[in-house]
Amino acid sequence: MGKRVAKEVSIAIADAVKLARAEVIAAYPITPQTHIVEHLSELVANGELDAEYITVESEHSAISAALGAVATGARTFTSTSAQGLALMHEILFIAPALRLPVVMVVANRALSAPISIWNDHSDIMAERDIGWIQLWAENGQEAVDLVIQAFRIAEDRNVMFPTLINIDGFTLSHVIEPIELPDQEEVDAFLPPFKPKYKLDPRKPLTMGPVGVPEIYFEAKKAQDEAFKNTRRVILRVWKDWAKRFGREYNPVETYRTEDAEVVLLINGSQAETAMTAVDKMREQGKKVGLMRFRLWRPFPIQEFRKAVSKIPVLAVIDRALTPGGVGGPVGTEVRSALYNAARRPRVVNFIAGLGGRDVTVEDFEEMAERAAFYLKKRPKEAYEMIGVRES
Amino acid sequence: MIPELTKFKGFSIKNLPKEEPLAPGHRACQGCGEILALRMAMKALGTDVIVCNATGCMEIVTSPFPHTSWRVPWIHIAFENAAAVASGVEAALKALKRHGRFPKNRHVDVVAVAGDGGTADIGLQALSGALERGHDFVYICLDNEAYMNTGVQRSSCTPFGAMTTTSPPGARSIGQMTWKKNVPQIAVAHGIPYVATASPAFFLDLMNKVKKAALVKGPAYVHIYAPCPTGWGTKGEDSIKLARLAVDTKVFPLYEVIEGKYYLTRKVTKPKPVEEYLKAQRRFRHLTPEIIEEIQRRVDAEYERLVKLSEL
Ligand SMILES: Cc1ncc(C[n+]2csc(CCOP(=O)(O)OP(=O)(O)O)c2C)c(N)n1
Ligand code: SF4
Ligand SMILES: [Mg+2]
Repeated sequence: MGKRVAKEVSIAIADAVKLARAEVIAAYPITPQTHIVEHLSELVANGELDAEYITVESEHSAISAALGAVATGARTFTSTSAQGLALMHEILFIAPALRLPVVMVVANRALSAPISIWNDHSDIMAERDIGWIQLWAENGQEAVDLVIQAFRIAEDRNVMFPTLINIDGFTLSHVIEPIELPDQEEVDAFLPPFKPKYKLDPRKPLTMGPVGVPEIYFEAKKAQDEAFKNTRRVILRVWKDWAKRFGREYNPVETYRTEDAEVVLLINGSQAETAMTAVDKMREQGKKVGLMRFRLWRPFPIQEFRKAVSKIPVLAVIDRALTPGGVGGPVGTEVRSALYNAARRPRVVNFIAGLGGRDVTVEDFEEMAERAAFYLKKRPKEAYEMIGVRES
Repeated sequence: MIPELTKFKGFSIKNLPKEEPLAPGHRACQGCGEILALRMAMKALGTDVIVCNATGCMEIVTSPFPHTSWRVPWIHIAFENAAAVASGVEAALKALKRHGRFPKNRHVDVVAVAGDGGTADIGLQALSGALERGHDFVYICLDNEAYMNTGVQRSSCTPFGAMTTTSPPGARSIGQMTWKKNVPQIAVAHGIPYVATASPAFFLDLMNKVKKAALVKGPAYVHIYAPCPTGWGTKGEDSIKLARLAVDTKVFPLYEVIEGKYYLTRKVTKPKPVEEYLKAQRRFRHLTPEIIEEIQRRVDAEYERLVKLSEL
């Protein structure tokens, strides 16, 4: 067992990448991802991590070089945020279609404009359909665990999909937390070397990324979609194995005090911790409030999700991104859609909060829970409500 | 002089490699200069290569699934990133060799292939990054002087006066209004060990340059002139003739820049008039004698500049 030490989460993530024995790193700096890649550069520079660090000239090239490296058979990592993720956009779709299992940490940050380095989820919500396995970490320990797990999941021959881990910029990336880093031997036992079945190798030539004529494009996409959904089984298996080895459990949908809850708050990422405090406080006051968050966001864990909410009267979905002119926040819209045909479903209330680094306080969560309780008897009129925004 | 280059004897008619890493049966137009040049380049490189191809004619015509013309490992990811993908491949090979996961002594040439659009325009940043970082790879630009794959739109490598679908001549236009971007010079500015221009009309020279580019350690850039009958309004059977004419008129000079030193690899002592070259192509049909004269002056000046550089 590794030791528990106080560490900045970004540093711990870089250490996890080292423990995973990444062979190629291609990354371009952007706040608040910088500490991750700076520490990785350091680890490579002082020989602690025997990897090639490609100091690319943009995020577009970061992801392009990363794909070239995975295609050649090297374990590959990259990391970015907001504008950088948006710049990768075009290439992000190509990774899963070519089944190139790169691992990426996204330090979530608001998208411009106005330019903002602070945290929300607008960057990743714009990338929901890229076809990557998408995970959320709530705290530093989860971030470390998920990074190591991500390589094993992504590179499994029954998966072979790129995988990303969301960590909230600053509120998670820059905080110091007690974190247990597993020992190298433990990680080695958990994570075998990357040995893809198909790779760029002159000893066994193959053509990667050919033209998809109309006669085959649709079938190729269907095959991709099916393979993607099937990754679920491996993800669950990997988490089971992780729990056995390290004693920490991971589930597609994480719940907290939801059993008899009348109102359940749903929020992804590190602010679920603040929400937890609000839930505890309200429980003490006798209010039946619970909490839920997605650990696995893609492929969407529809079974687990429907099951988790089947007995809940009101679900308050808190989005940290806007869908301008849409019918709710991105998570709210998706959740409503996932529940529409469910036999038993909660009433869904959608809040938008914490855009561009606006604090979402314990009181804000209490307010949202109270407002949501109001809809136990009434249907919400608006598609969503904004919380914590000044009116004047 | 670079030791790898001094050892290299060069190809001749007698010792041409038999291997065809790029197989026939692709879908390029008849007389396509790009596919001819690419075939020669691949023959020079052999089979211990990994090819990273940008979107463009060559990518499209060689890889319509389930068919492929590639007998060597080949990857296509997008239009503007061939150099970045090649960077990743090169870095991966290094790491895998160090980790004992790829035979240490097996040399693999990493090759990026892109058109003039994928090189001079949308891919220039990725190219510059890869050259600057010093990856050991060869970048081949197949220059047919326009975006052919999307229907003959102008690029920054389209020559002055040329008609394309986005530089049409008209009441207020003579066709392309800008002078061709000089990408080899941009490559030279990166201080890389090897830069060359080549033409399929001089196929041994082309093959030798591509091979040298592969032999040097570090980044190498080869800019290859490639007639496109479809986009230029020429006959397929005239492509090689035209490629020769481009050199003989000094329109496309052949040279090498080895560690910063210029060498004219084909000195043009009795140049043919540029007009002869222009008149042979529909894309220049609309040009007036005044404009042709202007082009002639520019061609002469550019060539003079190269001669001076080679005398330094
Ligand atoms: C980001 C992006 N923009 C535009 C295109 C459309 N496109 C594909 S190939 C091409 C032109 C290719 O021109 P060039 O690189 O000169 O190669 P050629 O086809 O002439 O060989 C364009 C504009 C694309 N595929 N991707
Ligand atoms: S359009 Fe031009 S470059 Fe493209 S395949 Fe045809 S001849 Fe070759
Ligand atoms: Mg072109």
